[in-house]
Amino acid sequence: MVQFSLPKNSKVTAGRRFPAPEGATRVKAFQIYRWNPDDAQNPRVDSYEIDLDKCGPMVLDALIKIKNEIDSSLTFRRSCREGICGSCAMNIDGTNTLACLKPISDIRGAVRINPLPHMAVVKDLVPDLTQVYAQLRSIEPWLKSETAPPPDGERRQSPTERAKLDGMWECILCFCCTTSCPSYWWNGDRYLGPAVLLAAYRWIADSRDEATGERLDALEDPFKLYRCHTIMNCTQTCPKGLNPAKAIGTIKQLMVERQG
Amino acid sequence: MRDVRDALLVGRNSEGRLVRRPMSPFMIPKDYRPQLTSVLSISNRISGVALCAGVLLAAWWLLALTVGDAEFAEVRRFTVSPVGLILLFGWTLALVYHTLGGLRHLMWDTGHGFDLPSVHRTGWAAVGLSLGLTATLWVGAIWWLG
Repeated sequence: MVQFSLPKNSKVTAGRRFPAPEGATRVKAFQIYRWNPDDAQNPRVDSYEIDLDKCGPMVLDALIKIKNEIDSSLTFRRSCREGICGSCAMNIDGTNTLACLKPISDIRGAVRINPLPHMAVVKDLVPDLTQVYAQLRSIEPWLKSETAPPPDGERRQSPTERAKLDGMWECILCFCCTTSCPSYWWNGDRYLGPAVLLAAYRWIADSRDEATGERLDALEDPFKLYRCHTIMNCTQTCPKGLNPAKAIGTIKQLMVERQG
Repeated sequence: MRDVRDALLVGRNSEGRLVRRPMSPFMIPKDYRPQLTSVLSISNRISGVALCAGVLLAAWWLLALTVGDAEFAEVRRFTVSPVGLILLFGWTLALVYHTLGGLRHLMWDTGHGFDLPSVHRTGWAAVGLSLGLTATLWVGAIWWLG
């Protein structure tokens, strides 16, 4: 449903301030969204001031420093710290990106950190990804083939066929793109969103997959595919430099082409 | 139809009791930084709506033309009034911008210009051309009508 404001229980209030230690020279403030299911209050923004001389270069380094040294209750997802797991996707300084790939020095002034936009919040910076995962499952992201593979080997692809998958297999499913899309904010109950449509096209484009028609049939829907209005926020925000908008555009083209 | 995502706005606290979860902030420009991509997209929509409203003005003008001199003079009085001129200028700007926005969408529909540098290039071109063409139209019209 189209929403232009947050529900009453989601309005963000001012929170606590944790000043920098005495003698800190390069102080940077991190204004971080906090919500705890146990205290029955609205979300708030806590401000943590840290000394950049005693912190790693990335936003994730700062978050880990805050959790280790200032406030152990700060909750966020992280794992690989090198942009390959997609866990630390969040809204930093007004755009979605991976905290581990975002240099603190890129951000002027205080660093504002929110969970991925327009999602149900589990705690602090952790959004509920149930819906996006269910949508990913719905496009059946695996190889579907009637023909049996050769008995003595794998299904083969030419280098040209394999090259068609470049720019898609690199997706780490961080959902920065999906949650940057205004169309997804408003119609995400039925619109699949850029990350899932990129995954869908990854299998449509695979020369070994034999379910192209079936996959296109499943996407032929006013909401699932066609709520994409080529806004391009997805491509703009992808921390891996991929282009979901182009993949969606190509699916739309295939829909027209197969009508003959 | 209710939004299935409403179910996710209910969670449990540490004691297992149901609690209402908040929805994370999303609004442009407060929470999500306005970017060329989203700003031009919403401008395209707004200019489309403005054009629909402008059609009423055009219809009034055409109707008056068929009815008679007195009625047409009345429309003319409105269109040269300050309010009329502002509306007319806005309508021209919306017409030019929406046309250029439509051309960008046509380009994307044929599978071209999806890469980010092209998106920014054609986006800024649409902004610059809209202002330039609108100004040219008005300067031309004023010169033509004396």
